[in-house]
Amino acid sequence: MTTPHPTSPNDTDRHPQRRPQPQPQSEPPGLDAHLIVDRGAFHLDVTLTAGPGDVLALLGPNGAGKTTALRALAGLTPLTAGHLHLDGTPLTDTPPESRPVGVVFQDYLLFPHLSALDNVAFGPRCRGAGRAEARSRAAAWLDRMGLADHAGARPRSLSGGQAQRVALARALATGPRLLLLDEPLAALDARTRLEVRAQLRRHLAAFEAVSVLVTHDPLDAMVLADRLVVIEDGRVVQEGTPADIARHPRTDYIAQLVGLNLYRGQAAGHTVRLDAGPAITTTEVLSGPVFVAFPPSAVTLFRDRPSGASARNLWRCEVAGLETHGDQIRADLTGELPLAADLTTVAAAELDLHPGAPVWATVKATQTHAYPA
Amino acid sequence: MTPLDKPGAATGPRTDRPRRRRAGTGGRRGVPLPLLLPGLLALAFLLLPLLALLVRAPWRSLPDQLTSAEVWQALRLSLVTATAATAVSLVLGVPLAWLLARTEFPGRGLVRALVTLPLVLPPVVGGVALLLALGRNGVIGRWLDSWFGITLPFTTTGVVIAEAFVAMPFLVISVEGTLRAADPRYEEAATTLGASRFTAFRRVTLPLIAPGIAAGAVLAWARALGEFGATITFAGNFPGRTQTMPLAVYLALQNDPEAAIALSLVLLAVSIAVLAGLRDRWMTTTS
Repeated sequence: MTTPHPTSPNDTDRHPQRRPQPQPQSEPPGLDAHLIVDRGAFHLDVTLTAGPGDVLALLGPNGAGKTTALRALAGLTPLTAGHLHLDGTPLTDTPPESRPVGVVFQDYLLFPHLSALDNVAFGPRCRGAGRAEARSRAAAWLDRMGLADHAGARPRSLSGGQAQRVALARALATGPRLLLLDEPLAALDARTRLEVRAQLRRHLAAFEAVSVLVTHDPLDAMVLADRLVVIEDGRVVQEGTPADIARHPRTDYIAQLVGLNLYRGQAAGHTVRLDAGPAITTTEVLSGPVFVAFPPSAVTLFRDRPSGASARNLWRCEVAGLETHGDQIRADLTGELPLAADLTTVAAAELDLHPGAPVWATVKATQTHAYPA
Repeated sequence: MTPLDKPGAATGPRTDRPRRRRAGTGGRRGVPLPLLLPGLLALAFLLLPLLALLVRAPWRSLPDQLTSAEVWQALRLSLVTATAATAVSLVLGVPLAWLLARTEFPGRGLVRALVTLPLVLPPVVGGVALLLALGRNGVIGRWLDSWFGITLPFTTTGVVIAEAFVAMPFLVISVEGTLRAADPRYEEAATTLGASRFTAFRRVTLPLIAPGIAAGAVLAWARALGEFGATITFAGNFPGRTQTMPLAVYLALQNDPEAAIALSLVLLAVSIAVLAGLRDRWMTTTS
């Protein structure tokens, strides 16, 4: 899979800041949070750290606790335990209206009775600016977002992309030290999304403090963030750069997100015996608990057992489902080794694939990738 | 028309004919008599008295009746007290509705039930209760009298209090419903922008629920205008001071029926105006 790792010129500016030099007396600037929220059956326990200029993406399936973490950062959901420090200032018990935090909500929540300008001016007004000053600051932000012509427009007359930018301007107009974005692109249609994603990336790169965004879309996460924090069941299961996570997924959820088949097993030399059944031959020489990953495109399918082929990495499977994936067909296989395989439409037709059809699947050892668990 | 015309009528050019025809068939076909007859009877039952009011109205002497000093006095007092009662209901009732809709506290369900009690309580009982609470010897009224020299019963203020007691629940229930339907996350968004909870309420929630508040206020005003039982019990029936329109109507009926009819017509006109004002809110949602 190709990894859309951030490569804009801004990154070079941003990366040196990412690991701030430890300051002798005070805490390093940026975000230092240990969020613990107990809500009946749901338990969130997440540690987040980021330096100024960092863009952190919380990635995870629905119900994993991403939004709860975001609400806890904003102060909208109280912490059961843990702490939240921003630029060295403790905010754990600070009410939301006193936190230097800006939020872009999933459906923006622009105030419908106010114009775009007054929406953006709302924050500065609440934080003590006079009417004229707040409005001029808001006008400057709208101008920066390319929305100067829409200052007087009511939210309902704005397009999705425009509303998103007004929401971003509104969140930034208070000069926050932490910017939170909840599924910032989820409310947009596919075409607008592409365009807004690029704009948002620019704005986030220009933002000098910490940004944390929540998304369930791996592409959004990888394009917008320099670091991903994957949350499942209220816990961090993996953390790292987009490239790192794409290459070395550690859970089924991440593997599926980045489009890899992922297995866990015990390695002995070139052979990895999987916890659930067969063995996979790899090129790496490892020992102990490992992950083995390979892309669906590395799988070759046969209707009959290929004659002359070695028994290595050959499994008897059954087609569980088929779906179109671009110009490819993705076959979902069960059997000795559950896996996903990509093949062309022609190949699928020649193999007469249909749910329930028996197939043989092989993977070359050179196309697998094993790494310590 | 033949049955073959039907599909054409539904999809054909938009003239008045198919629509009228559909309405006509709806009335004749498919409506069982056991429902139709009582239904029409109910309609007649509700409309005939109003019609009688119009038929028997002393149209010729009406201008004189309506400009007589007593009528004018009662009408003015009614408008002033109903408006004041509505204002009281707004100032106190909207915050109560917010508390009921937006906060959690033990016994909230019970409080909500108690708030709605005046809706079903016979107004006379409300008047007696007010007397026992705010009367000169009442639980609170005693202190008001001895400490501040304030006497509420049998005063114009007493009328306002009686009307507010009966009308406020309408406003509270209406506004609370609107608040519950409004998205509380707008308040959260305002909070993250630095607004205190009160600022968020004032600058975001209040404008968003303004239509609901207006509807509740109109409802409360209409209820206050028609208030009879609690008013006559708590405030008495003194012309110019506590004699509101409904009281005047009742009194006039004893010795001057024509005046009673004239006054009733005024109240009917006000009711129709209220209904027209709320048309968008209620009559369209049901259709």
